[in-house]
Amino acid sequence: MTLNELQQQGAMATETLEKLSQVEARKCYQCGKCSAGCPVAEYMDIMPRQVMRLVQLGLTDEALKSKAIWLCATCDTCSTRCPRNVDIAHEMETLRILAKRKGIVGEKDIDKFHNVFLDMVKKFGRVYEVGLIVGRNVTTGKLFRDVNYGLPYLSKRKVHLLPEKVKAKDEINRIFAKAEEYALKELKEAENK
Amino acid sequence: MKKYAYYPGCTLGSTGVEYGLSTLEVCKKLGIEMWEIPDYNCCGSSSAHLVNPYLALGLSARNMAIAEEAGLDVAIPCAACYSHSKAAELAVKESPEKRAIIEDIIGRTYKGESKAKSILEVLAESLDLEELKAQVVHPLKGLKVVTYYGCLLTRPKKIACDDAEDPIMMDNILAALGAEILPWSAKTECCGASHTASEPGVGIGMTDKILLAAQKSGADCVATACPMCMGNLDMRQVQAAKMFNHNYNIPIYYFTELLGLALGIDSKKMGCDRHFVPAMELLQKYEKGGEQ
Repeated sequence: MTLNELQQQGAMATETLEKLSQVEARKCYQCGKCSAGCPVAEYMDIMPRQVMRLVQLGLTDEALKSKAIWLCATCDTCSTRCPRNVDIAHEMETLRILAKRKGIVGEKDIDKFHNVFLDMVKKFGRVYEVGLIVGRNVTTGKLFRDVNYGLPYLSKRKVHLLPEKVKAKDEINRIFAKAEEYALKELKEAENK
Repeated sequence: MKKYAYYPGCTLGSTGVEYGLSTLEVCKKLGIEMWEIPDYNCCGSSSAHLVNPYLALGLSARNMAIAEEAGLDVAIPCAACYSHSKAAELAVKESPEKRAIIEDIIGRTYKGESKAKSILEVLAESLDLEELKAQVVHPLKGLKVVTYYGCLLTRPKKIACDDAEDPIMMDNILAALGAEILPWSAKTECCGASHTASEPGVGIGMTDKILLAAQKSGADCVATACPMCMGNLDMRQVQAAKMFNHNYNIPIYYFTELLGLALGIDSKKMGCDRHFVPAMELLQKYEKGGEQ
C-alpha cells in the first residue's frame, strides 16, 4: 500500500479526531520541541512528535495503539512551548479518550487507577483514599503496593477512616449521566460528519 | 475584610491536611475571610478529563455555581482543583452554547461571574510586600529555599496564574519573609502526578529528578503550592531514594506553612509535624528566633 492510499484510508479518522479535539495537527512542522521538553518521553514507546506525525498521515489507529497517549501526564509543557501553537497535550488526551471508548488500552494499570478513582467520585461525590488504594491494588492484582504508607497515614491522621459523602447525591448522579450523554452525542456527530 | 468561597477539594482535610490548616490560619491572620463551599464535590482531579471532558467541566462547575450563588470568588489551594475549576469558569464564558450544556449537566445556573483563583494568586494579589515585611515575627533569614510550582499553576497559559517558564509569585512572598530563593532547574517540571500511584516505574523516576535537582541546588528545603507535588516529594522521598540509590533528607513545605511560621503562627497548629520527611527541626530553629 502506498502512503497516499494509507492517507486516504485514514482521512476520515483524522477528520473525526480534529472535530473532537479542535487541534489542527497539520500545523505541526515536526521540530520535536514537544518531545525534547516532555518529562515522560523517556518512558514512551513513541515520542509526542511521532504521535502528531501519525495523526498528520491519517494513521490514527496506530496512534490509538500507542502507550505514549496513556503515559502523557498532561503537564502541558509541549503545548505551552510549541512554536506552532499546536495543543499536543490535548490531542494526546483526545486520542486516549477515543482509544478507551474503542477498548484499546495501552497501559492497563493506569487505566484501572483512573477507573477506581472515578468510581469513588461517582459513589461518594469525593475521593476516599483508603478505597482508592484498596480498589487499585485489587483491580491491578498488585496487592501490597503502597501498603507501607497505610500506618503512617493513619497515625498522622491524614486519611479518613470512612468516606466523606456529598449529600446531594442526585446532583452527582445527574452530572455523571448528563456528561456521558453529551460525550456520546459529540462522538456520534464527529463520526457522522 | 476580603471574603472568598473556600474550596478545599478532597485532599485538604486528609492527605494534604497541612495545606488546609496553614491556609486557613494564614488567611485568618491576614484578615481574609474564608467561607467553605457547602457540600462541595470532587473536581474530578487528574482522572475525569482523561475519560470525558464534560464530566470534568460538570464536576467543577457545580462547586463554582454554589459559590456564584453566594456572590463570591473561589480561593483554591490545590493546584489541580484550581486548574479544573478555572477551566470550568472559562468554558461557560466561551460561548452561550457551551454554557447551556454545562448548566444542563449540573442542573444549576453558572455564568462564570464567580472566578476561580489559586490561593497563591489570592495571597500574591492581596499582600503588599512592604506591609508583609513589617508583619514578620520570625524572619526566615538564612533559610535557603527552592520554589517548586509544578504544572497546574503555570500551564496551560489561558489557565495559569503565573508565568509558564519562570513563575515568581511564591518567590516574592517568601523573599519578603527573609528567605533566600535559590535558582534551580526544576521549578516548573512535572512531579509525575498520579503516575507515582498508577505506574511507579515512571512516576517515581519523575519525582526523583525534582528531588535530585533540589539537592544539587544546595537548598535547605522545597516550597510547593500543590498537595499532589507534596505527596510525591515528601511521602515518596524515601521510595525515590531507594529506587535510584540516592540519599535525601529534604523537608518539603507548603508555602503557606512558611508564611504562617514567619507570621508567628504555631507550626503544630498548621500540621507541620505531620509530614513524612521530618519538617519540624528546621522550622523550630526559626520559631526560636532564626539564625543570628
